[in-house]
Amino acid sequence: MPDGMAPTPTRAPVQRAPFDAAVFGVVVFITTELMFFAGLLSAYNIARGRVPMSIWPPPDQPRLPIESTAVNSSFLLVSGVLIWLAVRSLRGRSSSALRLAVAGWLAGALFVGLQGREWVSLLAQGLTMQKSTHASFFYLIVGTHGLHAVGGLLALGWVVQRLMRGTATLSQLRAASVFWAFVVLIWPMIYVMVYLG
Amino acid sequence: MSNAAPTATAPHAHEPGHAPDGHSHDHHDHHAPQSFFQKYLFSTDHKMIAQQYMWTGVAMALIGGFLAYAFRMQLAFPDKWIPGYGYMSSLEYNTAVTNHGTIMIFWFAMPVLIAAFGNLLIPLMIGCDDMVFPRINRLSYQIFLLSAIILISSFFVKGGGFNGAWTAYPPLSANAEYNMAGTGSTLWVLAVALEFVAFLLGGINFITTAMSARAPGMRLWDMPLVVWMIVIASILFMASVGPLIAGAVMLLFDQNFGTFFFNPERGGDPVLWQHLFWFFGHPEVYVVLLPAMGMSGDIIAVFSRKKIFAYKTLLYTVFATGIISFFVWAHHQFIAGIDPRMANIFTVTTLIISVPIAEMCFLFIATLYGGSIRLTVPMLWALSFVAEFLLGGVTGIFLGASGADIYFHDTYFVIAHFHYTFVPIAVIGFFMGFTFWFPKMYGKMLNETLGKIHFWITILGFNMIFIPLFFTGMWGDHRRIYNYSHFPELHRVALQDLRIVATVGLLIMISAQAIFLFNVIKTFRAKQENPGPNPWHSNTLDWSAPSPPPHGNFAELPTVFRGPYEYSHPERESDFWPQNEPPPGSST
Repeated sequence: MPDGMAPTPTRAPVQRAPFDAAVFGVVVFITTELMFFAGLLSAYNIARGRVPMSIWPPPDQPRLPIESTAVNSSFLLVSGVLIWLAVRSLRGRSSSALRLAVAGWLAGALFVGLQGREWVSLLAQGLTMQKSTHASFFYLIVGTHGLHAVGGLLALGWVVQRLMRGTATLSQLRAASVFWAFVVLIWPMIYVMVYLG
Repeated sequence: MSNAAPTATAPHAHEPGHAPDGHSHDHHDHHAPQSFFQKYLFSTDHKMIAQQYMWTGVAMALIGGFLAYAFRMQLAFPDKWIPGYGYMSSLEYNTAVTNHGTIMIFWFAMPVLIAAFGNLLIPLMIGCDDMVFPRINRLSYQIFLLSAIILISSFFVKGGGFNGAWTAYPPLSANAEYNMAGTGSTLWVLAVALEFVAFLLGGINFITTAMSARAPGMRLWDMPLVVWMIVIASILFMASVGPLIAGAVMLLFDQNFGTFFFNPERGGDPVLWQHLFWFFGHPEVYVVLLPAMGMSGDIIAVFSRKKIFAYKTLLYTVFATGIISFFVWAHHQFIAGIDPRMANIFTVTTLIISVPIAEMCFLFIATLYGGSIRLTVPMLWALSFVAEFLLGGVTGIFLGASGADIYFHDTYFVIAHFHYTFVPIAVIGFFMGFTFWFPKMYGKMLNETLGKIHFWITILGFNMIFIPLFFTGMWGDHRRIYNYSHFPELHRVALQDLRIVATVGLLIMISAQAIFLFNVIKTFRAKQENPGPNPWHSNTLDWSAPSPPPHGNFAELPTVFRGPYEYSHPERESDFWPQNEPPPGSST
């Protein structure tokens, strides 16, 4: 509104904004991200299809920690649920939104930290990116997902910080949570294809 | 929301929801005097960002054009001294062709057609004050500028610029032992990846703005063609670029970190890159084609004073093109060793995609039929766009047929074919949009006579370059040879003469651009009366804003009452009916 001027409506305000532009923008962005991971995963599958099943992953390299990663993954899934609940409670103007969001953020951060520890131990066992095509794809795909998780945590952390000061809007939390949902939901596919495949 | 002080603040009636982080209001303090950098580098105004994209793109086109000049001279007069360049080695030749292709597609066609015209036209044509995410928009241009700087700097590092062709097929692109340009290749991949990030941010803005910030009364089916087409092109880009970014990351790792995603000796797959590249590369053709198509449609409607023939059908063909464009990519790989049965399928899809494109051309012709055609400069460009693009499309049929492609693959026939698509798209598309919206952008009119001279010489030069190349291609000229005198079967007088004709055509086309620059500079310097907001008597909302549009575009945000193409309505005195003109008898 211009300073010192009262609004003089000329016609009934048109009801617009059928959707939240910030969320919509993130959804459009996720389309690209989805295709990006689709590219990575299909490249992985093409490379896997070139060799006999018996040497994929190559038998002479350290085995991927399937079990501990499954445990780690549960933290990520829990985090996704907590963030979703945080959005719901902020929409319902409930006071628990901040607690839920913080808990969700911590669970997500725990996932990233545990996965990082796993990488360190794999590298210590001699599984480097140059070891085999399988190892290259493993680090590339899981690392890319890790970067996305870090990005999602940064976005969520920014919203949490605003929630603490009481300046966060529902739209902001929603936009961050939609991206986080993408990070959470793409992970099971990666786990099944890369760890179990 | 407020019309009490119509010019003081950009109205916000249509600002939907909230900006992602609540900071979209910074583009309103336009009364404060702005420094040069604030105004030209850090502006969030969509029109300024459009200008930035446009002139950066034109500057890059000059570099790309210079590279074309250098290597065409080398081809016509092998190993002779090239004025303005010097002697050209084989390595430099490969660098020149690689970067000519890269620059013209990624740093000229994309920024000018999508980013510049998208930024300029979408808010103006849908009647809102700015993009939904102005700061993301500004970031988009800054990243784009950075990518351009990185690409240019790659020419000057040790080993020179990247020389593995714009398609960057491994193992040539992946291994510095083969391409002898380690740093240059890495910078090239980096620049391309950054450029994609820039357009990703732009695309998010275009789609979101067109979907959520339209003026009251404007339905989706009331949007002008060019807005539709830029939105669909953005969707195509966003959906297709992911796999290429994945491939680019893998290529970067192969180049620098000793992985072997594309190295067959160690379990990688070089054809994998081709799949990832062309999965993007083919939709990319339509990403740049559609905005040019949309502009030509709008311009043809204005200058034939007729409604676009079958507006909705036209859009359905665009949707069809967009969908089919994801299923044709392997027609670039017929001789890369893919399964012939797969080649058959891709032949069929490739032939199918020509149907909606042909349909679009027919609808434009039907729009012209019976219209009162005015051959202004923008109209000439729009008509030539359809005509020349048609030649590119028709020759594409030969290449899309997997049998014929075995012979034509990697010959100059391919070069001529895709230049008959890309030159109309990028060069003609730019001139078409620039001459048509010049009065809107700058509040002045270009000289029509100079414009027509420029048009005819450019078109003459363009055809003179590429018609001979169809013939040399059919006679077997391979496209990646820098000196044909090393190949006795290709070093014939007749063939060499055709190569010289093509080079002369290029010289004509380049020198014609001096007329264009002269015309623009003369118009900028001349004192000229403002032609008013709507010199072409067009219907769309952009022409209801003042020329040039101020910050916030419209004094009062418009309301839309009808579609964009109501020309020559039988019950009206004037032959146009602006979208925002209230219907007769309404109280406002």
